[in-house]
Amino acid sequence: MTAPGHHLLRGVRPLGGDPTDLLLRDGLIVEAGRGLAAAGARVIDGDGLVALPGLVDLHTHLREPGREDAETVETGTRAAALGGFTAVHAMANTEPVADTAGVVEQVWRLGREAGWTDVRPVGAVTVGLRGERLAELGTMADGAAAVRVFSDDGRCVGDPVLMRRALEYVKAFDGVIAQHPQDPRLTDGAQMHEGDVSAVLGLAGWPAVAEESIIARDVLLAEHVRSRLHLCHVSTAGSVEIIRWAKGRGIAVTAEVTPHHLLLTDEEVRSYDPVFKVNPPLRTADDVRALREALADGTIDVVATDHAPHAGEDKDCEWADAAEGMTGLETALSVVQATMLDTGLLDWAGIACRLSAAPARIGRVTGQGRPLAVGEPANVVLIDPAARRRVDPSAMATTGRNTPYRGRELPGAVVATFYRGHPTVCDGALATRREES
Amino acid sequence: MRHLLSAADLDRAGAVEVLDVAARMAATQQREIKKLPTLRGRTVVNLFFEDSTRTRISFEAAAKRLSADVINFTARGSSVSKGESLKDTALTLEAMGADAVVVRHSASGAPHRLATAGWIRGAVINAGDGTHEHPTQALLDAFTLRRHLVGEDASGADLAGQTVAIVGDVLHSRVARSNVLLLHTLGARVVLVAPPTLLPVGVGRWPCATSYDLDGVLAGDVAGPLDAVMMLRVQGERMNAAYFPSRREYSRRYGLDARRLRLLPPHAIVMHPGPMNRGLEISAEAADSPRSTIVEQVSNGVAVRMAVLFLLLSAASGPASGPATEIAKEIVP
Ligand SMILES: [Zn+2]
Repeated sequence: MTAPGHHLLRGVRPLGGDPTDLLLRDGLIVEAGRGLAAAGARVIDGDGLVALPGLVDLHTHLREPGREDAETVETGTRAAALGGFTAVHAMANTEPVADTAGVVEQVWRLGREAGWTDVRPVGAVTVGLRGERLAELGTMADGAAAVRVFSDDGRCVGDPVLMRRALEYVKAFDGVIAQHPQDPRLTDGAQMHEGDVSAVLGLAGWPAVAEESIIARDVLLAEHVRSRLHLCHVSTAGSVEIIRWAKGRGIAVTAEVTPHHLLLTDEEVRSYDPVFKVNPPLRTADDVRALREALADGTIDVVATDHAPHAGEDKDCEWADAAEGMTGLETALSVVQATMLDTGLLDWAGIACRLSAAPARIGRVTGQGRPLAVGEPANVVLIDPAARRRVDPSAMATTGRNTPYRGRELPGAVVATFYRGHPTVCDGALATRREES
Repeated sequence: MRHLLSAADLDRAGAVEVLDVAARMAATQQREIKKLPTLRGRTVVNLFFEDSTRTRISFEAAAKRLSADVINFTARGSSVSKGESLKDTALTLEAMGADAVVVRHSASGAPHRLATAGWIRGAVINAGDGTHEHPTQALLDAFTLRRHLVGEDASGADLAGQTVAIVGDVLHSRVARSNVLLLHTLGARVVLVAPPTLLPVGVGRWPCATSYDLDGVLAGDVAGPLDAVMMLRVQGERMNAAYFPSRREYSRRYGLDARRLRLLPPHAIVMHPGPMNRGLEISAEAADSPRSTIVEQVSNGVAVRMAVLFLLLSAASGPASGPATEIAKEIVP
């Protein structure tokens, strides 16, 4: 007879190290070591599997409220669990915008009811994402959702005075402003990365400088007011240089890169297939190289998915008319394995840092991103790094069918995800939601 | 060739073949009875999401002179007015049994989507997409160049040794993109002339030279003596986005006027894809001079589009028919 909620992970390799057993009970890791007794726990054969702390996404679009045809908290967090995540940050650009305690707490509550991962709502920096006046950041921070990350993602906080004030204001409750760095004037009507490919395709260019100039401005603002700054989806080699310089000066800046910017380039746009339309746009091979190196050396702190599901009709059209964004939760770990592990740039410990510990630290998420050690919360993902799979959008849990990896073979597979000791994914398939006890 | 989406779809042999067939088509247009039975029973749809009466009429005349059934389908651009989507329109055309779809769209790449998204089976001909390409315009320009610079009886010839300047708003010009690709394929030297703001970032990788100095190019100081100069339409409103300070300054620095006309070698021709902004990129004297081929370009457009329709639709009808030029000889004695 096995006791519910008790699992013995037999022979798993924590952070890719030597095989050991982990005993999970009552939401915690209670024992670690070789040859542990099952003691009524359900035994999971972990032979050959790598164990990492549950992944934490700093940048997820769950689309609820407002665009439930594209995604809901339920479907998005199912996708997250299948991708090995135990926490996601739900971006604020919903309809209505998550710019009040009421909306962020609605999203937070939907996440708890869904029971697949922690859902940490991100609060909007400005009312309606309009970039005119601050939203009630403190009220969102003080409420049940305990918001710590604030972002107008999808839009840049363009006004330097407003950005300065936001950076200063959130210091009172240890918040962080996550900037979507995009100079709006330099990207008016922009359709893709501005360079050799845009010149041929006749698509209006999104120049790298539009990202880099905002990043340069904002790291200087963060230095001036001694605040934390987080940079969303850094996409250019020039941005990496500026962030490296800022970190060298001791500025409290952190940065994320998306899986797709680690793998894909603007060459994909030659197909004019809107599945490759994303903001910031896919860049060049030189940018991809610089981003990988920056993630390896810590200049870029985290991988965040920028999971952006869209309804079919918003992609099944001509390029200029299509929505920007790609799904990413169910492929992120595989893309990171392909681009960072299989290339020798990071080991599993490094991946655990970039996909779990660092994002949890930036988002001030308690109980996530912790070491796989006795007494720690049992947020664990088991990965088969030897598996290979062909990406099939129709087989995904997300409502969005807009994965850029359709038909592509990717390495690695999530075999199991334990969310506070509860298996949300078993044998590579969705299991059951965690019920609040 | 299944579709004609970009001038890059044509290699040298393919491009010369289009020009040769077009020459035969043009010859038939001198006859009293212009109509050929070639595409009887085939359906050509002119799908125009963007107003362009001159291009639509040109394709319509081309298809009708080959006895094809022509359906004109003028749709409201979905990106502008949220009308019927490209996909739904395509599915409608597929249901009508379109053998070829001639598409004009304000969005770059829309013809690519039509050809590759699996919505329709017919051949797709790009009649101008956004700021991307306009391959039949480049073909008619090449046809015009070959007639004037190589000769009436130029069958089999390319444009090797010819030098062509393309002047104006290259950044927003689908005509420039297609011409650079096609003229390069045909062996011509191309030099683009524009203010730096109207050349795309990345133009350095194109198979052509670039210059900011129109007088120098016309005088042969930059790319050698010119054989032709092609003036691009410039929208005066571009000055509102600071591409240039004023219409007057644009015209002064990049407009083709009587003085600049005299810098050209005597044999060089003046081209313009139309519609012209007289007084902006081209003066009346230049437009109406004996060197100007602007009116002739229009009639050549019909012959070239007949050739493209013929080659695409006869290729689609199966391998039994043999080389397309042979058929062209038969039907165009
Ligand atoms: Zn963003």
